[in-house]
Amino acid sequence: MATPSTPLLKVPDAALEQARMMLDKARWAATRLQKLDRATILRIADAAARAGHAKAQHYADWAVRETGMGVVAHKKMKNEACSTGLVDLYRSEDFVAPRIHADRKIVELPRPAGVIFALVPVTNPVATVFFKSLLALMTRNAIILSPHPQARECCADAVRTLAEAARAAGAPDGAIQVIAEPTIPLIENLMADSRIDLIVATGGPAVVKAAYRSGNPAIGVGPGNAPVVVDDTADIRLAARRIVASKAFDNSILCTNESTVLAFGSIAEKLLEALKSERAYICKPDECEKLRNLLFTGTGFNTAMIGKDAEVIARAAGFNAPGARILVTPVDLVQPEERLVREKLLPVLAFARVATIDQAISAARSMMRTAGQGHSAAIHSRNEANIMAFAAAVPALRVAVNAGCSLGASGFETNLGPSMTIGTGFAGGSSLGENLTPHAFLHYTRIAYNKDASESFGNFAGLDPLTLKRAAPAQALSLAVNNGDQELRAELRKIILEELKAVLAA
Amino acid sequence: MFDYGHFRFDSKQELFDKAIRFWNPDKTKFWQSVGVDLVIDRREGYCLYDMSGRRLIDLHLNGGTYNFGHRHPELVETLKGALDYFDIGNHWFPSVARAALSEALVKVSPGMAYAVFAPGGAEAVDIALKSARYATKRRKIVSIIKGYHGHAGLSVATGDDRFTKIFLSDQPGEFIQVPFNDIDAMEKALKGGDIAALIMETIPATYGFPMPKEGYLKACRDLCTRYGTMYIADEVQTGLMRTGEMWGWQAYGIQPDIMVTAKGLSGGLYPISAALVNEKAGGWLHEDGAAHISTSGGAELGCIVAHKVIEMLQRPEVRSNVQFVTEFMREGMAEMVQRHGDIFTGVRQKGIILGLEFGHSGENAVAVSRALYEHGVWAIFSSLDKRVLQWKPGALLSVEMCQEIMDRFDAAMPRARELLHAGKKVN
Repeated sequence: MATPSTPLLKVPDAALEQARMMLDKARWAATRLQKLDRATILRIADAAARAGHAKAQHYADWAVRETGMGVVAHKKMKNEACSTGLVDLYRSEDFVAPRIHADRKIVELPRPAGVIFALVPVTNPVATVFFKSLLALMTRNAIILSPHPQARECCADAVRTLAEAARAAGAPDGAIQVIAEPTIPLIENLMADSRIDLIVATGGPAVVKAAYRSGNPAIGVGPGNAPVVVDDTADIRLAARRIVASKAFDNSILCTNESTVLAFGSIAEKLLEALKSERAYICKPDECEKLRNLLFTGTGFNTAMIGKDAEVIARAAGFNAPGARILVTPVDLVQPEERLVREKLLPVLAFARVATIDQAISAARSMMRTAGQGHSAAIHSRNEANIMAFAAAVPALRVAVNAGCSLGASGFETNLGPSMTIGTGFAGGSSLGENLTPHAFLHYTRIAYNKDASESFGNFAGLDPLTLKRAAPAQALSLAVNNGDQELRAELRKIILEELKAVLAA
Repeated sequence: MFDYGHFRFDSKQELFDKAIRFWNPDKTKFWQSVGVDLVIDRREGYCLYDMSGRRLIDLHLNGGTYNFGHRHPELVETLKGALDYFDIGNHWFPSVARAALSEALVKVSPGMAYAVFAPGGAEAVDIALKSARYATKRRKIVSIIKGYHGHAGLSVATGDDRFTKIFLSDQPGEFIQVPFNDIDAMEKALKGGDIAALIMETIPATYGFPMPKEGYLKACRDLCTRYGTMYIADEVQTGLMRTGEMWGWQAYGIQPDIMVTAKGLSGGLYPISAALVNEKAGGWLHEDGAAHISTSGGAELGCIVAHKVIEMLQRPEVRSNVQFVTEFMREGMAEMVQRHGDIFTGVRQKGIILGLEFGHSGENAVAVSRALYEHGVWAIFSSLDKRVLQWKPGALLSVEMCQEIMDRFDAAMPRARELLHAGKKVN
């Protein structure tokens, strides 16, 4: 039969069963990884990172082609930063050897999570594959990546590229695997499987909630909606340049992208002019209305526009913005009911005027009330008091200063460290409050001595579980099974005779 | 009270009494005499539960019948789905399930042309022997001393005296046995040019898995070719990925004319076996396809389970898992030999088929089997070489279960030592 049909027999879900076998494979790989030393682990991570880096352009093209989102050049940059860039960043840190704290009489032995199940969003597919895989490898964890269905082909290929390079460099089979045909029931089923040690969920709120519901330890992060304050001490020209570059970066697909500018009234006009000279298109009121209608439909955010070029979005809304890198939509109200101040993973930036830092803070809090809690914010200012007041009051766990928020809050252009997973903390429904780093994939067994001064701390220098020589076997009970030559000879004779008899009988 | 709905037993002892009274007095008493009072009740994954509720990890697997574990959920679901539609079917007619399974088996068995089904390994061996006789027009069969091919009319005659003489079923004129790993003896047996088939377990299981010497199987194959004898690979215990390849003969790089698969093919759920034959050995299927008949051979329910088994075996994850278990057992058992070398003297291994040697003579593995039993692990000694413990880990064992097995093995060794010591004193 050429066309698919309903089978006559009820059959098991083979895809689910095979995926379960992948979990077992990952568990085996995890135990093998944990036997590798730091030099080997770094060699493996380097090999995987180089393989990813070499194909940064290839996967940037592929991801944009497959998902229809983002900007190739920017994806390439992220792919590079999340491959060799990432390994270089953490190269000096040791996630393998014991850590001795003689002052506290404590030795810490790293205990990797084991098997990590990682969800990969459609917005940053390949960069997230690289990022999570390499963090896992560096901390000696096995990882299974589950890409968003709309990005599954580029992700599956990227996983295979990394996995093959890692394997060739000495990683066990199964250290990095991919769910090639992800579906929601399959993923929910797998996430609840006890063979998973940790879920790292980057994606929409539904996925994150499902991860936390699964019963397995999980790190999920909430959505962003970043306010950016520009006060009267800021370098306006630089602020405009950074904001437009950030908002145009990969067409605002990073969850750290600026949502709404909160400009001090005294510099607002000047800022708008500066934005224009960075090729931001300032929308007229009727164009803003068209954008509202295009981007926020009755059922919510119009995902078809995610990561599209500004010109494309303008055309879809029904006006032209030739050459625009971003669209700026001035708004009067900074409250959740103004749809344009909500999270927008596309190059549309709301713009509002505030009189003081206090007003900026209440505006920022207002817009973040329904989305963006615990995520990111930015401020362009030379006034430390303003910066401190804003950071202390706004419900964000990272505030980028004088940097674009996309790459600043995500750690590429600040010293937070590049991350594709931005912890939104308790307020943002997450167990993670930082940008995800390798440290989140490890726990430690702590050897803790009696703190009484009379009990001295041991000398653990040079001791490593990987190279520890086991004590010689305890003296076994002396039982000679082979009781001397006599008995052996007699037995051999017997066997030979039996065999001869058998041959003769045949 | 053990109430199974259809029948009930007041106690485990009542079961023993009835087993002795109505089923098999000797077998029942034998196990009690060696300290193994096992009556398998519940079973799940790689675990068995005695009627007492005691959990045992199964490293016997009935020779690989439970290669995928007991009641593997995917296989159970497959069989349940099949039961809503099929029964054993009618052997006279072509059937969708038999055609599909034959095709699947032939596809994974290079050189083979047809699959002929039977309900169990012994019957499939008989089909293999008959096919070889048909193709060569010769009667004589050569097998290995201490080889084992089951208990049907022809297959039993290839095996150990223990199983033939008692039933007056030995046929020394037509069934010739030669020592394993002795290529000169093999040539002597074949060179008369009157041998229909050489039947070989790729690794003799019931003999305790002695490994074929480098080049031995290849040399046997070459001798068969030279003297016009058909090479039958008995893959009942070595097939289905247990050597790391689909068939053991692939792992040794030889090409049989006929092969037999059983046990694990059934998924441990619905008995089925098959003889796979090349074009020549399958000639009778053209001449008179009804020359061999079996009502339950190739029962369609079994075919559907077996089809699933073959599909699962081809998943790359299964191959990887076998590889991981192989390496784990190699490293773990090497460590155990180091720790317990006074009683545990050696390991034979190919993939997840292992023979653990306890001393150089005697029946030490019987005591070791008991010590392991007391420590929650079920592994059986080789009935034709009782110093060797058959160690047959499952293809899908998890790393956690493997670690548990090794911890229990380690813990059981002092008890094994004690039992062996006591045994020596008595003797």
